[in-house]
Amino acid sequence: MVDETLKNAVTRIEPPSGWETINLQELKHYRDLFFFLVWRDIKVLYAQTVLGFTWAVLNPAIQLAIFTIVFGRVAKIDTGGVPYLLFCATAVIPWTYMSGAMSASAQSLVQQQNMLGKVYFPRMIFPITPVLSKLVDFAISLILLSAIILYHQVMPTWNMIYLPIFVIMMLVIPASVGLWLSSLAIRFRDVRFAMGFVISMMMYSAPIVYSAASIPDEYRMIYSINPFVGVIEGYRACLLGTEIPWNYIFPGMITTVVLFVTGMIYFRRMERVIVDVI
Amino acid sequence: MSNKDIAIKTENLSKLYRLGALDDKQENVAQAMLSVIKNPIKNYKKYRSTYDFSDISDDEMDLSELNAFWALKDISFEIERGEAVGIIGHNGAGKSTLLKILSRITPPSRGSAEMHGRLNSLLEVGTGFHPELTGRENVYLNGSVLGMRRKEIDTKFDEIVDFSGVDKFLDTPVKRYSSGMRVRLAFAVAAHLEPEILIVDEVLAVGDAEFQRKCLTKMGEGSKSGQTVILVSHNMRAISRLADRVIWLDSGTLKRDGSTQAILTEYLSSVRSICTRMEWSGEDAPRGNVVRMDAVQVENKDGGSPDSFDIRHDIFVRLEYEVLESGYRVRPFFSIWNDEGVNFCVALDQDPAWENQKRPAGRYTSVARIPGNFLSEGVQSIHVAIWTIEPVRERQFSVEEALTFQVIDTMEGDSVRRDFSGDLPGMVRPEFEWNTIHHDASQKPGVKSA
Repeated sequence: MVDETLKNAVTRIEPPSGWETINLQELKHYRDLFFFLVWRDIKVLYAQTVLGFTWAVLNPAIQLAIFTIVFGRVAKIDTGGVPYLLFCATAVIPWTYMSGAMSASAQSLVQQQNMLGKVYFPRMIFPITPVLSKLVDFAISLILLSAIILYHQVMPTWNMIYLPIFVIMMLVIPASVGLWLSSLAIRFRDVRFAMGFVISMMMYSAPIVYSAASIPDEYRMIYSINPFVGVIEGYRACLLGTEIPWNYIFPGMITTVVLFVTGMIYFRRMERVIVDVI
Repeated sequence: MSNKDIAIKTENLSKLYRLGALDDKQENVAQAMLSVIKNPIKNYKKYRSTYDFSDISDDEMDLSELNAFWALKDISFEIERGEAVGIIGHNGAGKSTLLKILSRITPPSRGSAEMHGRLNSLLEVGTGFHPELTGRENVYLNGSVLGMRRKEIDTKFDEIVDFSGVDKFLDTPVKRYSSGMRVRLAFAVAAHLEPEILIVDEVLAVGDAEFQRKCLTKMGEGSKSGQTVILVSHNMRAISRLADRVIWLDSGTLKRDGSTQAILTEYLSSVRSICTRMEWSGEDAPRGNVVRMDAVQVENKDGGSPDSFDIRHDIFVRLEYEVLESGYRVRPFFSIWNDEGVNFCVALDQDPAWENQKRPAGRYTSVARIPGNFLSEGVQSIHVAIWTIEPVRERQFSVEEALTFQVIDTMEGDSVRRDFSGDLPGMVRPEFEWNTIHHDASQKPGVKSA
């Protein structure tokens, strides 16, 4: 009945010390809450819409159509021989997920500030929840991606076995950005206003509508520090069966780990005081 | 563990808050433009200062200059396992801050607290409820927000639904619920938590009276089974029913800590300005053209006027007044109001000696006996008025809340409530005569046959 892990538990309450460790046991206790919050997000997302989950396909589809016309047909961007629609789809699908998860995660604390003041649970659950709930949209939009791949008759290659690495990267990046931005956003509501152009800046900083090969070689390494570059390049190479440019992916992985660790530390530092700043 | 009976222990718990710095006023265009540039830096400092108190190093500093104040200062107490403690105080006394610290919502600025056992706090009912989700889904969501595990909710689900009484609408989105239904469902979830330490804020202020009572009873059961309860409420009846002990906070400090009855009486007399005798002289006296009030007093049979009266004993209301002009029939009367502001009875002077008599001028005293076992527990107020009814029917004057006193039940088992310790509703609590017969037996229990 009653969870035994918290029975006879001693809770000590002290002033914030600046550095807080991550209480894994506590996170474990709250895993059901985590599950229900993710599930709530999913259930509520398309409530009272006519199209429902069709939106999960429609959004990237419309974006793809625009990019294909503007960058593929009009600007005629060089993709190294890959059909533009296919080239762009392999990037837009993970990007749509990442941008959606980042915006939702960044706003998570502000939007649920009422709950912050009323009940305790590990605050980290807030920014992580959208990272998982947006996966449903991602999974649905994979139908679109598969259709495009099938249409171009691209056969899967052994590269596919590396895909999980990029899926993990695709999850960790929005989580890290969310940890950083959500705790910043509660103090500085400016984040909400900045979010729109930051997201589009991020998009153009990654090789989504253009090819990373068009970056001059001497800048390519610096360019690869951007973690989005690694994810997009990785997805593209895995799905299209082209050679995986590991050299240009590792820098992004390091950035991802750094972002994640610092995000966790910063969030832990801020999570106890955010209630007083709302 | 050295002291395993202690459930909660706090040591010098303190919380410093800073008010937002006041904005400077710009007097001309140049200053206004300058402030636009300076604002981002100033705003940053302002937000930072709301949680960073490194500039406040010792107690001697002038806090008002730094726009800071202690919402809570050096609160130390120990609560034993199974104790039910009420926390009272005026608005802004620090009650909510204390609960928020104990619920781990906000950290203390100084001091520490230690709690032994599974903790649940209810600062609000229905936290996390989502209008688009159904009742069933919200039970799971709300339960898990309150720290219940999924399995736990599974096993209690039927009980929760039963308790809430909304079983017919379980699969309807909560946005279609009436607000009453929503509250009942939320309460039902809360009432089925099984924490060892339960922290409850003013949540009993919502919901209909009958349902509140149901929850109070359910919580009362909890405290009997060894659960430690901390309760903040403005409802003094709830406090006196549920708490064995009361902590009185006053502007952030612990003012009194002791038995419920003693502290409540003291608190109520400070808040409700308990007043058991009122005297007037000269110009201040309430008067009409015929009658002038001199004094009113509520007293016991010995003529004393304590702040609180035993529910079992007679209470006397004494009116002293002067009839200034002969030849009028005079009718003194008073009305009794309870602490919810309800006037539940009126008493007119019915002394037969003066019923049809025109009174000569002079001083009079009218005393009314309110029998024991009539008023119910709580704070009672008395409004006084005197009318002339002949030859002119006219109100001479009236005095609202002339007297305020408390009626208490000392729980010795011979009052109307006998050994029942729960909340008893009702504006009055008269003693009725009961007779109960067992039809299969020839005699009453306890009565010996010859």
